[in-house]
Amino acid sequence: MKIIKKSGLLLFLIGLALFIGTIFTGTFSLNQSELDDFVKEKGYKSEIIKVELEKAIVTTEDLNIFKFSSRIRNAYKTSNDYYEALIAKYDAEKNWDKKGEQYQYKIYGKPHSLSFTLAKKAGKGLVVENTGLLWFLTFGLGIIGALMFIIPDVVLLGKPGIKNDGIFLNTATNRGWIGWSAFIFLVSFYILLYFYPDLIVNWVYLVDPISESISGNPASQWFLYGFLYCVVMTVMAVRMYIKYRHNKYQILRTTSVLFFQIVFAFLIPEILVRFEKPWYDFKNAFPLDYDFFFKWNLDELLSSGGFGLFILVWGIVLTIIIVPIMVYFFGKRWYCSWVCGCGGLAETLGDPYRQLSSKTLLSWRVERIVIHSVLIFVLVMTGFALYTFFYGADQVLGIKTQTIQDIYGFLIGSIFAGVIGTGFYPIFGNRVWCRFGCPLAAYLGFIQRFKSRFRITTNGGQCISCGNCSTYCEQGIDVRAYAQKGENIVRSSCVGCGICSAVCPRGVLKLENGPEKGRINPTDILLGNDVNLMELVNNK
Amino acid sequence: MEHIVIIGNGISGVTAARHIRKLSDKRITIVSAETDYFFSRTALMYVYMGHMKFEHTKPYENWFWKKNRIELVKGFVKNIESNSKKLHFSDGRILSYDKLIIATGSKPNKFGWPGQDLDGVMGMYHKQDLDNLEKFAPNNKVCNRAVIVGGGLIGIELAEMLHSRHIPVTFLVRESSFWNGVLPKEESEMINREILKSGIDLRLNVNLKEIKSNENGTVKSIVITETGEEIACNVVGLTAGVSPNINFLKGSSIELGRGVKVNRFLETNINDVYAIGDCAEQHEAIDQRRPVEAVWYTGRMMGETVAQTICGNRIEYKPGHWFNSAKFMDIEYQTYGWVWSKPKENEARFYWEHESAKKCIHINYDKKTFEFIGINTFGIRMRHEFFDKILTEKRSIEYVLEHLADANFDPEFYKLHETKIVAKFNKENNTDIQLKKKNWKRIFSKA
Repeated sequence: MKIIKKSGLLLFLIGLALFIGTIFTGTFSLNQSELDDFVKEKGYKSEIIKVELEKAIVTTEDLNIFKFSSRIRNAYKTSNDYYEALIAKYDAEKNWDKKGEQYQYKIYGKPHSLSFTLAKKAGKGLVVENTGLLWFLTFGLGIIGALMFIIPDVVLLGKPGIKNDGIFLNTATNRGWIGWSAFIFLVSFYILLYFYPDLIVNWVYLVDPISESISGNPASQWFLYGFLYCVVMTVMAVRMYIKYRHNKYQILRTTSVLFFQIVFAFLIPEILVRFEKPWYDFKNAFPLDYDFFFKWNLDELLSSGGFGLFILVWGIVLTIIIVPIMVYFFGKRWYCSWVCGCGGLAETLGDPYRQLSSKTLLSWRVERIVIHSVLIFVLVMTGFALYTFFYGADQVLGIKTQTIQDIYGFLIGSIFAGVIGTGFYPIFGNRVWCRFGCPLAAYLGFIQRFKSRFRITTNGGQCISCGNCSTYCEQGIDVRAYAQKGENIVRSSCVGCGICSAVCPRGVLKLENGPEKGRINPTDILLGNDVNLMELVNNK
Repeated sequence: MEHIVIIGNGISGVTAARHIRKLSDKRITIVSAETDYFFSRTALMYVYMGHMKFEHTKPYENWFWKKNRIELVKGFVKNIESNSKKLHFSDGRILSYDKLIIATGSKPNKFGWPGQDLDGVMGMYHKQDLDNLEKFAPNNKVCNRAVIVGGGLIGIELAEMLHSRHIPVTFLVRESSFWNGVLPKEESEMINREILKSGIDLRLNVNLKEIKSNENGTVKSIVITETGEEIACNVVGLTAGVSPNINFLKGSSIELGRGVKVNRFLETNINDVYAIGDCAEQHEAIDQRRPVEAVWYTGRMMGETVAQTICGNRIEYKPGHWFNSAKFMDIEYQTYGWVWSKPKENEARFYWEHESAKKCIHINYDKKTFEFIGINTFGIRMRHEFFDKILTEKRSIEYVLEHLADANFDPEFYKLHETKIVAKFNKENNTDIQLKKKNWKRIFSKA
């Protein structure tokens, strides 16, 4: 068994190395007619970009992706610089007509995204020509290796039951060197994905056939991300199934998040695209889905006929009615740890890191400030977006809607939710985004705290203050602080993962939905002591 | 301002301090020789097993003490001069008090075995024991085998700890079955099987004769009295129970028995000196409890009670219905009320075991009146409030079985066994008890 496990690790690492290695393979160039088609398709009016792109990439030279990307970005820069110089010149001459004319020649968009689009057409060589084989050597080996590493645990971990032996003795899970390496890898991955997609175009080539079979279109970097997300979650869900095989709540919950990720977040949106409907994830509720009320999205939905309108209504009903009602009955766990994609990744890939979340009072304070600031940010931004949509004004109070949307998308959507949210798993635990950032979690939290039937019941006086519950709370709730006082845990941040209850050695904690009365029960003296004393102290 | 000094920063002393602070503005000092800050002793095992770091065992952050004006003093109290109300530390320091609470807990029993003080021989009680274990048994290369002497709760925990680091364990138990002085035969045998299945070398009906030393004064082997067998090992865990940690009080005027003798108000024979927790011994046992109770929650409850007395509301220590819990490897155990290892004359038993042989419940009730006396539950979690209320209301076993769904405290979606349990009772007793559906109103109504 140990040999299988070790060879699995080896295979996984080989797959990972090849995966990273593919970035550096292949050559990128277009021929003249391909470039002409591209320019025509894009409708570029600038003469300069045609010439510059031709010089840059219509070549017999072997350009790797880095050179290719840099040449393209230069071409765009040269073209834009040229027209900006003209704009500045006419501006100085106060020649407004001439100045105005120049704007049509400018090319907008992020340089790396433009470069990605071209790279996606320009690839040649190893990956493009052997997609199937390379897919097997990267994804395939990774999956097989990871499963070979995980599945022997059925035997190696021993009998079913809580198996946390050695977690803080292992450098992968105690912020040791393996943890830090995972951190560097994850952060780099998100930076590449969000900001340098052209550099990982070979990875996107790998999943082209899969994308084409589902949506009929070649893959984008977002398809790659979605596919990878599903693969990682599935493999790590197998680990969850083995680790918590004695615990039915965990088994069902894992199955649920996996289902919603694969079907709702991945397959349905891609299939919608196949039928020329808007890409939409039906479970992704505003304000987590922060661009739902952006003008471009509303425009797209409104122009997609009845189906678009259905999505629009569904999105609003989901946030305003379904979400709060479900939280009232079941707590925010129904979303955060049973449905949500971010939660799904946290509960599968992130499970090995849950014990790393900070439990200090200070981090609780920071959490409340930060998460509610994000909620306010998203609401203000949405106000701007709706104003822009209804009144057509592109700015409010002198602030451009677009600017706010860009800032949110960059700071919160990309950096916080992606780079920090997932990248920091191995350092700050697996719910960094959900705990400190997610505006939907903040909204659900209010309802859970003030109007819900959900609580974690503390079982009378049985707590021995051991601290397993607090240690393994991914949200950094000091569960023990409540349990050792005999008090139920009613906290806005609790996502109801159920692990505190699972790791408790004395059967003290139970997640349950019940009457609101008596849900919050601050006590001074615990059950088991003198009845008169309990009454005296607790009823004061 | 009145100065309350508490010796011992375990659960009893710390609870007393917290409650005195809640009730008053008195000056509070906690003295400990063990650690700077309060930690949960019950969690030491998880540190060795790698489930937690030591810092996770501390229920309060370090700033807590200053914020609540609870002074912490590290030092070993050598003796108490109760006439002048002074504590003498082993390093010569002196601390005056107005009221003194002794909460020094327990220490592992040693029964005068030859070699019991060798290097590599340890209990599993203090933080220092954990450090020692880490030194002598960091892995199975340094420690090829460990022998544990004494089959109680700490013994099985130590076995689980060593097992988690793949160190072979021989577990010597004096009794004919694990913990059978407390557990009925069925449960005790279930745990025997659990221990053996985990790959631990369980030896029943054996006593330790001696511990042998190598030339460096560390453990080499142990010898079993009954068979004369010598077992090579590098670590010996002595877990044959604990007794009150009161050596430093010998020679003082405070009355001692096995522990510090206290009345129901937790007062010793000396004015303004109290004793709580493991180290306190009741003159008369309370109900069916033992005079010395080394249980986590009784320490806590005594702390809650003595705080009232010290703050002017003199109140008796009156623990409610007995309850307890433990975990034996992977099997959780809870008990509410009394289930003796052997039924008393007036008692009858109902036992149900799951086909997995890892879950069971054992109910003790009155033969004639059918009044519920207690329940042992293994592998099934039960609601403390439910049974506390049942015991207060003196309900019958039929009532308990009818309402088993209210009592269940397992996580959601767990397979429930209530129907089978009730069916078995009905069959054995020719009754027709019908299981009632879970009812929140009943669950939350107070006794």
